[in-house]
Amino acid sequence: MDILNALVAFANFVFVPGLAYGAQLAIGALGVTLIYGILRFSNFAHGDTMAFGTAMTIIATNMLLAIGITFGPLPTALLALPFGIGMTILLVLGIDWLVYKFYRDQKAKPVILVIVSMGVMFVMNGVVRFIIGVKDIRFADGERFIISARDFKTMTGLNEGLAIKTTQAITVVVAVIVVAILFWFLNKTRTGKSMRAFSDNEDLALLSGINPDWVVKVTWMIVAALATTAGVLYGLDKSFKAFTYFQLLLPIFASAIVGGLGNPIGAIAGGFVIAFSEVTITYAWKKVLVYLMPESLEPDGLVQLLSTDYKFAVSFAILIIVLLFKPTGLFKGQSV
Amino acid sequence: MNPALKNTALFSVLGILILGTGIVQGWNTALLIVNMGLISAIMALGVNLQWGFAGLFNIGVMGFVALGGLATVLISMPPVGEAWAAGGLQIILGLIAGAATIAAAIFAQKRFAGRTQVVVTLGVLIAGFFVYRAVFDAGVDAVEAVNPAATGYLGGLNLPILFAWPVGGLLAAGAAWIIGKTALGLRSDYLAIATLGIAEIIIAVLKNEDWLARGVKNVIGLPRPVPYEVDLQNDAGFVERAASLGLDPVTASTLYTKIGYGVLFMIVLLILLWLAQKALNSPWGRMMRAIRDNEVAAEAMGKDVTARHLQIFILGSAICGIAGAMMTTLDGQLTPGTYQPLRFTFLVWVMVIVGGSGNNFGAVLGGMLIWWLWVMVEPLGLGLMNILASGLPEGSSLRDTLIDGAAHMRLLTMGLILLLVLRFSPRGLIPER
Repeated sequence: MDILNALVAFANFVFVPGLAYGAQLAIGALGVTLIYGILRFSNFAHGDTMAFGTAMTIIATNMLLAIGITFGPLPTALLALPFGIGMTILLVLGIDWLVYKFYRDQKAKPVILVIVSMGVMFVMNGVVRFIIGVKDIRFADGERFIISARDFKTMTGLNEGLAIKTTQAITVVVAVIVVAILFWFLNKTRTGKSMRAFSDNEDLALLSGINPDWVVKVTWMIVAALATTAGVLYGLDKSFKAFTYFQLLLPIFASAIVGGLGNPIGAIAGGFVIAFSEVTITYAWKKVLVYLMPESLEPDGLVQLLSTDYKFAVSFAILIIVLLFKPTGLFKGQSV
Repeated sequence: MNPALKNTALFSVLGILILGTGIVQGWNTALLIVNMGLISAIMALGVNLQWGFAGLFNIGVMGFVALGGLATVLISMPPVGEAWAAGGLQIILGLIAGAATIAAAIFAQKRFAGRTQVVVTLGVLIAGFFVYRAVFDAGVDAVEAVNPAATGYLGGLNLPILFAWPVGGLLAAGAAWIIGKTALGLRSDYLAIATLGIAEIIIAVLKNEDWLARGVKNVIGLPRPVPYEVDLQNDAGFVERAASLGLDPVTASTLYTKIGYGVLFMIVLLILLWLAQKALNSPWGRMMRAIRDNEVAAEAMGKDVTARHLQIFILGSAICGIAGAMMTTLDGQLTPGTYQPLRFTFLVWVMVIVGGSGNNFGAVLGGMLIWWLWVMVEPLGLGLMNILASGLPEGSSLRDTLIDGAAHMRLLTMGLILLLVLRFSPRGLIPER
């Protein structure tokens, strides 16, 4: 029995990666949920918006590196992030003006908007591939670890190491900052309040003199910023590949729906629920259990509930369970 | 212009495009496009049934297509006796244990209430899961250990591959029933997400469950419903007939097999098209459209909206499954790694929307037209990019970007077409009557 080692192994392989992944999903899901709450459709182009923002950030990072600017121990991509966000804002505002506005004015059914967003997804996917190609791109520079497994072992004298990647720490810190700003904005500022009013009851909001065009514009800007941030954080933590961002769509939607579509707090909670379930169910628990169980009871196999290839199945299963038993999500969302 | 004339004109344009391809790029290419176009048309028919008739938003087409592909392996490949002896029964026992667990959990969920309900259901699920894994994993290991380079899976039933087509439909229908039961009756977006999810899971299962269909090791050399080219070339009678038509045996044999496939696909398409037309104009079809246009009113008239939706969702998915089985038959191999949502799900949607949702002929036209475009965009795009880049100096980075970019033109073009059609002609080329 060695509880400390077990705890460290758990933290290293489950808690820290789950926390970082959960933060990435949460920021992604916030974007989906805001679009749903205010524009009232499920935006399938969200994954590709993330990819576009990340691609722009990578380009800016490369330019910064080319003129010799780095961010010291932190990834240079963080310096380039504002540029990526700016470009993404321009793109989504342009798309809204060119594409979505027409259907909004027509008061088209939400499902039409979903199909339209599918078309946008196609185009964006093509544009991203056109700009940056389909190769796997790693753009994290600076220090790789805050604590490496070996340093941790020498420091504490334990058998198990705890490695914390810089990108994981940055993800969590940035996520906290982003969420804090977002909630301050939604709850304290005039525009934020009008957004919430618009989301709660469109007609009443219009009656009380809220300018819908402005609300929609601000929403798109926030969503672009959130999507780019989520995409860059994910790309720093893993790597950038146009295709993986499309696949993130499922866990992100699962997070948003599990939390309750249209509810920002729900999106964050949903992100962590999905991330931790994915990590815990696909982790081989043998490494933790050997420290906890007496030798005679030690498991033979890996004690992995599902192979990592089925992580989509986990988010999907949770989604189905929530849909069956609590269709409005854990926190009350708007949907029925 | 009256609609009949316009439709004839549209289909003639399609014919001219294919004829043009045949003359410019050769008849083998043209026939290949026709064959895949026919399959695409069938997929579009299935999606049109769901979207055009009933307004159901299914973006898991890829999953149902892949299930059809799985059916070809399960039906037509010879069984691997050694693998069955090693662990076949155990795998089946494991699957039965898994199914029994779910059944018991559902029973417990219905039987008890309150806290006992949660505890008992969870207990049954967790205990059942470990029993299932214990039985199932051992069987899987045994089966996958049997000559993994050549087999390593259970094989199929060794029946003619044409049987796989209806079976593919049945498999897809089964999956659709599970999804429909859960997600229909909720918001339309939820069905979309649920189908997107199930499609990813089906692909993950096909990629990872090696005992079932060899996973990413692929099953190659599926039996064919038409003769092999080599056999034809060795057949003296065939060579003679080819010579009398002025063709060399190799070209003649490749054309012959492709035409053979084309005829088979055409028969299936015509049958399904006829059925879909009958359905559209029957009381059932009118009821479906009534439900689509106003669910509340239809419900007030005593129609069971959710049950009807489930029905048509299963039918549409089954058609996609049939098309999937046909496609794998044409390829002659099952390669789970090649199933991509952009190609199999969203492209079919472009076909339906462009062709005209709610109109079966529109779906067929859209299927074949968009497939032709999908194939031709790359060479056309490359040509366009070469023209654009011709003014630029050799080796400039913009020139390279432009020429490399041609490979990604497909997605861009399809997206633009979808957006333009939705914006300016939302009813499609052949609108619903």
